[in-house]
Amino acid sequence: MSVAVIFLTLVAAVIVWWLAQQRLASRPWLEVGHRYDRRSGAPLPAAKIGLGVFLGVVGALFSLAISAYFMRMASSDWGSLPLPALLWVNTGILAVGSVTLHRAKVEAERRDDEATRTALLAALAGGLAFLVGQLFAWRELTAAGYLLAGNPANSFFYLLTGMHGLHIVGGLVALGRLTLRAWGGPLDRRMRLTVELCAIYWHFMLFVWLVLFALFSGWASDVVDFCRQLLT
Amino acid sequence: MVDVRSGIGEALPPPEVEDVELYHPHSWWTRYVFSQDAKIIAIQYATTAIAIGMVALVLSWLIRLQLGFPGTFDFIDADAYYQFITMHGMIMVIYLLTALFLGGFGNYLIPLMVGARDMVFPYANMLSYWIYLLAVLVLVASFFAPGGPTGAGWTLYPPQAVLSGTPGGKDWGIILMLSSLIIFIIGFTMGGLNYVVTVLQGRARGMTLMRLPLTVWGIFTATVMALLAFPALFVACVMMLFDRLLGTSFFMPAIVEMGEQLQHGGGSPILFQHLFWFFGHPEVYIVALPAFGIVSDLISTHARKNIFGYRMMVWAIVIIGGLSFIVWAHHMYVSGMNPYFGFFFATTTLIIAVPTAIKVYNWVLTLWRGNIHLTLPMLFALGFIVTFVNGGLTGLFLGNVVVDVPLSDTMFVVAHFHMVMGVAPIMVIFGAIYHWYPKITGRMLNEALGQIHFWVTFVGAYLIFFPMHYVGLVGVPRRYYELGEMAFVQESVHSLNAFISVMALIVGAAQIVFLFNLAWSLRHGREAGGNPWRATTLEWQTPETPPPHGNWGKELPVVYRWAYDYSVPGAPEDFIPQNQPTPGLVTHETAS
Repeated sequence: MSVAVIFLTLVAAVIVWWLAQQRLASRPWLEVGHRYDRRSGAPLPAAKIGLGVFLGVVGALFSLAISAYFMRMASSDWGSLPLPALLWVNTGILAVGSVTLHRAKVEAERRDDEATRTALLAALAGGLAFLVGQLFAWRELTAAGYLLAGNPANSFFYLLTGMHGLHIVGGLVALGRLTLRAWGGPLDRRMRLTVELCAIYWHFMLFVWLVLFALFSGWASDVVDFCRQLLT
Repeated sequence: MVDVRSGIGEALPPPEVEDVELYHPHSWWTRYVFSQDAKIIAIQYATTAIAIGMVALVLSWLIRLQLGFPGTFDFIDADAYYQFITMHGMIMVIYLLTALFLGGFGNYLIPLMVGARDMVFPYANMLSYWIYLLAVLVLVASFFAPGGPTGAGWTLYPPQAVLSGTPGGKDWGIILMLSSLIIFIIGFTMGGLNYVVTVLQGRARGMTLMRLPLTVWGIFTATVMALLAFPALFVACVMMLFDRLLGTSFFMPAIVEMGEQLQHGGGSPILFQHLFWFFGHPEVYIVALPAFGIVSDLISTHARKNIFGYRMMVWAIVIIGGLSFIVWAHHMYVSGMNPYFGFFFATTTLIIAVPTAIKVYNWVLTLWRGNIHLTLPMLFALGFIVTFVNGGLTGLFLGNVVVDVPLSDTMFVVAHFHMVMGVAPIMVIFGAIYHWYPKITGRMLNEALGQIHFWVTFVGAYLIFFPMHYVGLVGVPRRYYELGEMAFVQESVHSLNAFISVMALIVGAAQIVFLFNLAWSLRHGREAGGNPWRATTLEWQTPETPPPHGNWGKELPVVYRWAYDYSVPGAPEDFIPQNQPTPGLVTHETAS
């Protein structure tokens, strides 16, 4: 469970950092009047905070699944899974999608609606291509006889890529709705915010994928072994 | 001592919280059924939770009938008994307590108490309820599925949970149970995001974090914990579904079932226990923290005295929330783990007693020399303190590895956790309903029926669970369908068991009085007015009662003080509402 505990420690650090700015040591019973509310004029949009909290939940989900991966890995029946080369291509596609959405965000801030729309469409296509690529990777593995129930390594591969894929599907639904609205008329403030949120989500899912990819390719366990040696 | 004069004549800062454009319902359906108003959603959550809770109550009757009078009732065979205890536990912990505290009280109280018009994401909030309802329906469906519901125990430990020896293991029971939990977690996450972000971003002007009523602190912290803990249950459920349906071996070791070697192999049941309790222990505090918060407000309001040590109370809530994530393995002392781990988890477990004890001292010190009104909410709050201290003390026994190992599988544990996370939070729920019902409906609950309800429930719960500790100490094992011929089980244990069962039937019947009261007072209760308890917090200061969609009329409230200005020396009334700039301005309307 060490991965989950480390993740939660990070979350706890963020919470402590935030709490530290909230005057938790003040004496509210002595303070009458509204001047003690120190919130600044322009608060962050609620949707952005909401996305941040949601990414915390998604992070907890994946860190727990990865914890389970390491714990299950310790047993003797753990086999190895040859990673299809296609996964490298998929990683590239996902990264390009991330960059494209960042581009969309920048263009939206510069009020260039046309460029934003193009970038959104490109990111949408990239997301779909990634999903199709993942499905082909699954097919390649099943055709080679690496079935879901064959070995715990296979089971975890399908489970984790499946979970990640479902999150991408969710992101694509949001991105698809945004793209439709963006093509329907000029971008307003809410749409520009949504572009930014989609970009943040995409960067996060790229990060999760990179961690998973490192896990499947064995680098992550090398790192863990190295840390373990340092500790003992 | 409060300086009652400050805060006058200061220029009002510009609104930091944008007044939102509210969703306007167009028809009866979108107003009362598919409503996006947090108050309606709260009532929907609460009604559903109480309804499914009544199912669990009836199940507890059936369990007690079997334990008190074994062999008398033909329809309770061993399989049915295990199905009853499983569903009773799961419903009570997740579908009643979690849903009612966070979905019910969270939805109703957070926007009103922080001075917001609604939750920040009303649509997701509505979805949250309907997904919760779907989870409940899937759960209920398992009662009617072939093979019945799962009988794996509420912890659903593999491998037994998915084997044919366990009721529902090879039928629909376990599949529906796991699916229902997965659906519940998805729905909860939608609601939980709302509760957290509304507290962060939706607070009215002047409502600093340190001015939040402790109810909001409790619900807020519990929601953050739930958002981080439920993914563990989610992962565990998905992996077990894979094991059951797709033949993987995440949790399933090599195993022979009915003389037949299964295709599973190498899986780790302990892995499931880690995931389950990584969720399961925070879950205890997900239920307890809102209860802590609510009870603080009830005690302060009904003793007409500010809460003792508000800052300490806030810190304690946060510290308990943090610590509860590093104690999960104290549920696994008997799973054969490394003794050093046991030592670590015993230490962290016992450390939690410190902030918890601080809270108990502060409640008692709030009562000390307070002007205690023995209203129904106060009675239930006092009942909570007593039962919680009682259950907490036996928790100290069980937190120690050497004491836990012999007691772990006895009725002592059952008595402990029913006292601390069954009776105690339920007491708070009742107290909270008696307290806020006037705001929700505009009418008071009937006092006489409430007194009957309180005394039968409180005394009865003690008579059920106090003797159960002794039954456990003599070694009567839990989870057993019947005791049979055991030399160490004296005759007195059997008569005690029969007594407990009779008390359980009586206490259960008292809840029918409560439900009747809820329905009867809706039309016939005494008119409550806007602020019958003369309380300070914002929800009692709404222009209309019950508050309409949007809560506040034209202007959002501005907050000038903390939530506990009771009996302030020099003030004309014995309470000063949070949105009152000067005590001299307390008008007759808000006071009566």
